[in-house]
Amino acid sequence: MPDSTQKLLEDAKVKGQQRLAEGVYYLAVHAPKIAAAARPGQFVDIRILTGAFILRRPVGVVAADRENGIVAFIYRVIGRGTRAMAKLKAGDTVNLLGPLGNGFSMEHKHPLIVGGGMGLSPLFFYAAGMKGKADVLMGGRSEEEVFWRSLFAGIAKNIHITTDDGSVGTKGFVTELLPKLLSEGSYDAVVVCGPDPMMKAVAAIAKEKGTPCQVSLERRMGCGLGACLSCSIDTAHGRRKVCKDGPVFPAEEVFF
Amino acid sequence: MDSTLETTFLGIKMASPVLTASGTFGFGEEFRDFVDLSRLGGIMVKGTTRQPRRGNDGVRITETPMGMLNCIGLENPGVEYFLSDILPRIKDEMNVIVNISGSSVEEYGELAAMLDVPGVAAIELNVSCPNVKEGGIVFGTDPAAASAVVHAAKANTKKPVILKLSPNVTDICLMARAVEEAGADAVSLINTLIGMEIDIERRRPVLGNVTGGLSGPAVKPVALRMVYQVARAVKIPIIGMGGIASTEDALEFLLAGAEVVAVGTANFTDPEVTMKICDGIAAYVRRQKLRSYRELIGKANDGFLRGDLV
Ligand SMILES: Cc1cc2nc3c(=O)[nH]c(=O)nc-3n(C[C@H](O)[C@H](O)[C@H](O)COP(=O)(O)OP(=O)(O)OC[C@H]3O[C@@H](n4cnc5c(N)ncnc54)[C@H](O)[C@@H]3O)c2cc1C
Ligand SMILES: Cc1cc2nc3c(=O)[nH]c(=O)nc-3n(C[C@H](O)[C@H](O)[C@H](O)COP(=O)(O)O)c2cc1C
Repeated sequence: MPDSTQKLLEDAKVKGQQRLAEGVYYLAVHAPKIAAAARPGQFVDIRILTGAFILRRPVGVVAADRENGIVAFIYRVIGRGTRAMAKLKAGDTVNLLGPLGNGFSMEHKHPLIVGGGMGLSPLFFYAAGMKGKADVLMGGRSEEEVFWRSLFAGIAKNIHITTDDGSVGTKGFVTELLPKLLSEGSYDAVVVCGPDPMMKAVAAIAKEKGTPCQVSLERRMGCGLGACLSCSIDTAHGRRKVCKDGPVFPAEEVFF
Repeated sequence: MDSTLETTFLGIKMASPVLTASGTFGFGEEFRDFVDLSRLGGIMVKGTTRQPRRGNDGVRITETPMGMLNCIGLENPGVEYFLSDILPRIKDEMNVIVNISGSSVEEYGELAAMLDVPGVAAIELNVSCPNVKEGGIVFGTDPAAASAVVHAAKANTKKPVILKLSPNVTDICLMARAVEEAGADAVSLINTLIGMEIDIERRRPVLGNVTGGLSGPAVKPVALRMVYQVARAVKIPIIGMGGIASTEDALEFLLAGAEVVAVGTANFTDPEVTMKICDGIAAYVRRQKLRSYRELIGKANDGFLRGDLV
């Protein structure tokens, strides 16, 4: 799906910020134009104005409330940029470039969402867009699963959880539960976002079971508009740009 | 269009002295939602090579204090694809200056010949890309080699030939004089400065290519100094660039002796920045009660060799 939406630049006032877990935040900003345009799987490039930043930071949209003009993100603090984001207070301004990228295909009847860590954020927007038709399989560290589970409750039909230490759900990786779910669940698609090794493993299992799989990739980006080639990757059809041709790709195009 | 900004540079009619730097603005189209491309003096397209190149593996970009490092490694679809698929799409909308990179003197000549077609406004020779191992850097740091590249290009095209100078040299004026002598119609400067970053957790260089090119506001004082020096060393016109992110930055380069300027990294920070700079220069010109921005060129540089300009 080529990216054809008009891109916008919008100064956005921070409405509020909330700590969800250690180093994980929920950020809501007022950006009515981008809220109206954003589709699940798309992202925005945030220019942080409270500090000397040259590059914008790409972050997936977790929710877009058209009525109130609110765009929301869930992000983990990684380095300088996200540390500055975590200090944002209501009333501060950030500048958004977006919506960027192609987004998920929304045509499936009963998709299984598979996500790990912050990958669950764009998947939440997708699950909401699927209006109860999607199930979710989430995997990761223990404390975080608690808030992801409560977020997805009521949005996804069935929620399956794996954790590294077994403290919540099944012990192990998502790949522990996936084969059984795909065999028994009559899913017509797997939609996955998370660390590359996880996506690769999930895509391999989906392929084995004959279920089509979409993956959402993360790469460092410069312009966000397909101009600088910082996020260029090899695909089955030659070079593609994650920011413009992605971030969502059919799994067989990028893991081959 | 604002007549105070209009200029003719190397015989090319330009709506403004604000261009975009190679590798930072794609083919212009990518910025269409934010930039009125007809207001730019021109776009210098991504470094184009004889064969397609996939560029470097691993991390290609990182942010540094007030700047960034890149090691894209000249990824591009190759000159043939550029001519057949890209140029027809963009040529009527903007002045297209094609930045080329060869792996030999002969290849520069071949590229220049292939690009001697309608729709190409000028050719910019990239002899200074620090990311290509095959020898880009050798052409950029050796006056004789750079001159040979200029000769090869000039012999194969009627288009104006611009040589892009590398800042990674001891004496940039020596290079500038050599390429002027060899027949270059203009020089552009600066390309990126070679730098690096280390990830202390992984204890490895961050960039896939280990080193990369530093650009952005961090390099501006160095770039400005080099433009100032080159403006006193050669009579051919200068395209000034390196860290320009505001109207004030652009004005400094013009006052140092650049006839037009190019904006690179700042397009990533603010995709509308070139339009703001056009507006800003026009406002400054009005405020100073000048007829044309051209009255500013070299005005802060006593030794400017083109003092008879305007
Ligand atoms: C399409 C897309 C969607 C994303 N969505 C989310 C999300 O919803 N929630 C979330 O927590 N994170 C998300 N990320 C990752 C997020 O962009 C990085 O964590 C963030 O840029 C780190 O910035 P920093 O300054 O804190 O880290 P630093 O490590 O200091 O950053 C240095 C440079 O590297 C870049 N960088 C570092 N890590 C990444 C990464 N994983 N991906 C891309 N660029 C990186 C930064 O942008 C910056 O330019 C997404 C990335 C992409 C490409
Ligand atoms: C991502 C990126 C890619 C670049 N690619 C090229 C290139 O292909 N050819 C070239 O001559 N210069 C290239 N440059 C250098 C710029 O054209 C410019 O000379 C330099 O970045 C300094 O200007 P700036 O500080 O405004 O970016 C590139 C710079 C960046 C940041």
